[in-house]
Parts: sequence; C-alpha cells; structure tokens
Amino acid sequence: MVVLELDRLSCHFELTPGFVDRVIKRKPPSYIKAVERLSIAIGEKEILGIAGESGCGKSTTCSMVSGLLDPTEGDIRFRGKSILGLRGDAIKDYRRSVQMIFQDPYESLNPRFRTVDIVAEGPRALELWDANEIEQRSLAMLDAVGLPSGKYAERFPHELSGGERQRVGIASALVMEPEVIIADEPLSMLDVSIRAGILDLLREMQAERGFSSLYVSHDLSILGNVADRLLIMYLGQAMEIGPAEEVIRNPKHPYTRALIGAVPIPDPRSRRAIPNIRGDISKPIDPPPGCRFAPRCPYADASCSNTFIEMETGAGTLHQAACHRLAEIDNAGS
Amino acid sequence: MTEINKDPLLSVRNLGVVYETSQGPVHAVTDVSFDVQENEVFGIAGESGCGKSTLIKALLRLLPDNGVATADRCDYRGSALMKMEGEAFRKEILWQEISMVPQSAMASFNPVYRVGDQVVESIQTHRKASRAEALERASELFDVVGLEPGLLKSYPHEFSGGMRQRAMIAMALSLDPGLIIMDEPTTGLDVLVQERILRRIREIRAELKSSIILITHDIAVIAEMSDRIAIMYGGEIMEQASTIELFENPHHPYTLGLKNAFPSITTMGTELISIPGSPPTLIGPVQSCPFAPRCPFDDAACHAANPAATEIAAGHVVRCVNYENSAQFRSLAKEKSTWLS
Repeated sequence: MVVLELDRLSCHFELTPGFVDRVIKRKPPSYIKAVERLSIAIGEKEILGIAGESGCGKSTTCSMVSGLLDPTEGDIRFRGKSILGLRGDAIKDYRRSVQMIFQDPYESLNPRFRTVDIVAEGPRALELWDANEIEQRSLAMLDAVGLPSGKYAERFPHELSGGERQRVGIASALVMEPEVIIADEPLSMLDVSIRAGILDLLREMQAERGFSSLYVSHDLSILGNVADRLLIMYLGQAMEIGPAEEVIRNPKHPYTRALIGAVPIPDPRSRRAIPNIRGDISKPIDPPPGCRFAPRCPYADASCSNTFIEMETGAGTLHQAACHRLAEIDNAGS
Repeated sequence: MTEINKDPLLSVRNLGVVYETSQGPVHAVTDVSFDVQENEVFGIAGESGCGKSTLIKALLRLLPDNGVATADRCDYRGSALMKMEGEAFRKEILWQEISMVPQSAMASFNPVYRVGDQVVESIQTHRKASRAEALERASELFDVVGLEPGLLKSYPHEFSGGMRQRAMIAMALSLDPGLIIMDEPTTGLDVLVQERILRRIREIRAELKSSIILITHDIAVIAEMSDRIAIMYGGEIMEQASTIELFENPHHPYTLGLKNAFPSITTMGTELISIPGSPPTLIGPVQSCPFAPRCPFDDAACHAANPAATEIAAGHVVRCVNYENSAQFRSLAKEKSTWLS
C-alpha cells in the first residue's frame, strides 16, 4: 500500500530582478526550478534512497514532504489524502506522522536540554500524552536506541560523542511514532567506524516499527547498502529510479552512469573508467523543458532539451530512466 | 625501520606532540615515524581526533602555543625542520619546499581580494618577481589545475566549491614545492567534482614529480590515490604499508575494523560492521595500546604497555603485540559477532 505519494511536485523560487530591471525595464522575474514535476510513491516499510549532487533538489523535496515548504505545483498525498491546505489538528497529526532525522547532530540538538528533554520535546509540544507518560516513553526510547536511560537521560549534548548524539536525534524522531522518516544525510558527519552502527539501528527500528523512510544522501555506497529503491536526481529532475542494486549495478541513464563511475572504490587493484561527461553543474534558472542533463551529456542532441519525460513511479515500479536516447546508448554498449 | 631508499624526501622519527590543557597534557601524536620518498603519494588515514591534522601542523610548525612537538628526527632533504630558525624556516621551507592545501578551501581565501591577487601575493612573498611575471605564473598554474586563466580576476564567492579547491591547489603549486600536504582535499565536494580533482592531482603528480602527503578519512580515496598508507588511531600510526599490502594483508585489528565498516559500491549486500565504543581522549601518558578498549582481540599485554612498532616485512610496520595472530584475526574480523562481544 502506498503511504506517501508525490504527484508532479514542483518547487520554483522566484529570483527578483533588481530595481531598475523590474520597474523601468519591466523585466519579468526568472525562476530557479529547484524541483520539477517529481512523481513518486513510497510503499509501506519501504526505504527510498534519493541521491544526487548539491543543488539536485533532494533537500527541497524533503522540506516539501515535511511541510516546511509549500510546493509551487503538484500534490503530496499521505495515505490517499492531500496534505496541502490542511489546518489545525489535521496538520499537527501529519507533522507527527512525518519526522526528520537531521544531518548534523552537533547543530540539531539544543545544548541546554538534557537528552531526555530533547526526546520529550516533540510529544510535549503536541501534547500527545500526559506528562508522566511522555517521560516514560522518552526514557524507553533512549533505551531502544542504545543509550541506557539510567546513564544517558540526564546528560547534555556536549557530554555525548557524535554517534551518541545522532542516536538522540533518532530517538526524538521515533518517539513521535511516525509513519514516515525523512533522513537527510544522517551519517555524513559521523566517523566511518560508527556509521555502520547507526545504519544498523535505523534498519532495526524500521523492522520493529514498520515506518517508511526517505533516505537522502550523496553517498551511493551507503545508499546501495540501505535503500530498497533508489531515485537519482539532477537539477530538480528525476533521472532514474529502480531497485537500488539494479540501479547501481546496471545504470541506464548517462548521468547515473557518470555518477556511479565517479565513486571511488576502496580496493587499490580496481580501476574505474573516466566518467564520460563534460562541463560543470549549473543552476536551473529558467531551464528548457526537457532533460536538464542534456548540456553535459555525451549522447544528447538538440531534441533532448525539448520534451520532459514523465516516469511511472508508483511504489514497486520497475527500473526506468528519463532519457530520450536509451536505445542508442544501449546499442553503443558503453 | 629499514631504509628502502637511502634518501627519502621527508624522514620523521618518533615524533610526538603534547598539548598542555587545563585537564592535563593531551598526547595528540605519539611516537610517529615515517618516510616520504621522492615522487610518492603517502596517504594518512584516520578518523576525527586521531592526530592526523596535529601531525601536519607539527611538520609545518604551525602548532598553537600550548602544543609542543618533539622528534628524534624530522628531516626534509637533509635539513632538520624542527631545529631551523623560525625566520629561515618560513622563508626557505614553508611554501617554497613544503606547501599545503588546507581542509576547507572554502574558508581559505580572503573574500575581499581577487583570487589572482592572492596567488600573486604568495608568489611575490617568496620570490623576486614582478607583478606581471607573477601573474604569468598564476595563469600557467590555473591552466595546470584546469581553470580558465580569466578566472584570476574573479572573487572567491564567484567560484564553486570545486573551483576554489582547484585554485587552492594552484596556489600550493606556485613555487614548485617538493612536497605538498593535502588535508582532506575533496571532503565536502560532490562525487563528480571529487573525481575530477583527484584525476587532476594524479596528472600534476606525474608531471611535476612533487611528493604528496594526502590526509583523509575516506578509505576509498586513499586506496585510489596513494602508493603507501599509514593508518592512524589515538595519535599513533597503527599500521603502515604499501597500499596493496595494506589492503590485501592487513595485520592490525583496527585496520580490519575500518575495512569492515567502510561501504563499497562494488560489494553491496555485504553487511557493514561498526567498531563499538569511541576513540580515546588521549589525556595523560600513554600506558596501553590506544585501541585496546575497542579491540575484540585484546588481552592483558595490550593493556599493560603501549606496543612497539614492529616491522613485519619490508616497509610493513604494525603496532600490535599480537600481530603474529593476524591470520586468525582476519578470518574472525569478518564475523559481526566478533565485534559485538
């Protein structure tokens, strides 16, 4: 069953021209098209990985899903009901159901709160249970994430290591009993030797509590390890989607191929091919409607920038790529 | 340690750094010995707090006032770096012979000066060169790192992260140094940008024959770039060997743990295993193996004394009392249960 559905979701930011351009020359404003017609459905207990470089729209997508940013066009449906325009208790309820785990556990915890209060803050704000029960649930949650509450409940964030802080961040998301977890680069600030532990915790909690996850990262090695399905984005457009292993082992889109080819391999004997792209990433300011990767793509021709490809992105759909030239690329056999 | 090459470019023996703090002396670097050969990439890998940044600060004599470095030897092409006069060191070694690409190129440029002027300044400080000559050199360098020479007129904020990093590398190359120290040169950059910078570093090394000390926490980057690797933990080099040897015949339990914990895009599905516990605080004298509290194979000897570095094969140095059991460690380390107990 589909838990969360994004339907042709777009987010455009207006760039206001300067005073002279606006008032005297009457220039129309230009737009940064941060996310463009993104459709995707997340199933029950599914981990959807979103990968892409800076500026690909992955964080904007997270902000829209968590209700922090209103989409310009399109719809977000949670269990079949649109969340746009929800008011009062309905939006509070949605906010409880969708929780975020933040990137930087050094910045995202209030330094003046004890860990138990950090965990209890959400339930207290939404008055989910009575005071005593909130306290009990928060302590139990700390135990569940591997921080024995007897030892850790009274500590302040500065007394915790990076891994322990991230566990507090996870506890304060999970204590709300969410149905969807949005994890925005939850491991990138942590040391290699403790990352696997946090990853295990997330997986364990997922199996136990059955929430769905949006896992955003630029690290394809980790996504290949954790995600069920993988969505590759470039400058606001979905480039490729499919089962994570399938996308990484057998990428179709020229961008995905370049991206995966650029990931260093921790084996001195392996040699990677040089990614076959040119130029630098730009900003999606008033871009043409078609594929935004076209200017850097070795296979692109003029028509690539003209038409937008919409993918069939329901939960559990197959491996697809939004590329006009798939057949030719396959024939080239590269 | 046997000397493979009679004249290493940089030779460091028993380097230690102690910071005096209100909580007592912090032994940030202890008993570090290594050589960097001519035209070699020497990788130093380790997690935060392992002393890798302190180590290079000590080499460049940039330690804060409360930090004291001692070494039996710290020679660059025969001259003892630690014993030189401060003025002579700054003029003759720093930037001329040993240059550095700092960790955050983002923050390393002065935002109110043009990038080109900053490169020119660094050239003119050390060499007698007219502004025109220095500019000429700067545009050559921009060409080497793959930036348009026209960009010399830009301000740092007009550059993307990758461009700034490349400009920083250009600056480090400006005086043809024999050794370039790169501290996490691609951390925080996107993979495609990282790929391009790493490729450029490889080309520069082949062309200019400079040696590079590459410091990073990214095992994959270091595997692709380095000729030899030192793995640091708790201020000490735990294991040091040629890259292939280190990956195919690792001996130290910490090296084994790091390999388990690091994801690879080529081996999806293999379970990642973390190392339980957290790194030592390094306060007070070193009396045991710093990794012993997290090591699944520790015994009484590990806690009794800090193990000495042992050369087990030519150029392969391990700091572990139980290195003879490493074959057994290697097979046990693959089991998750080993690390959890």
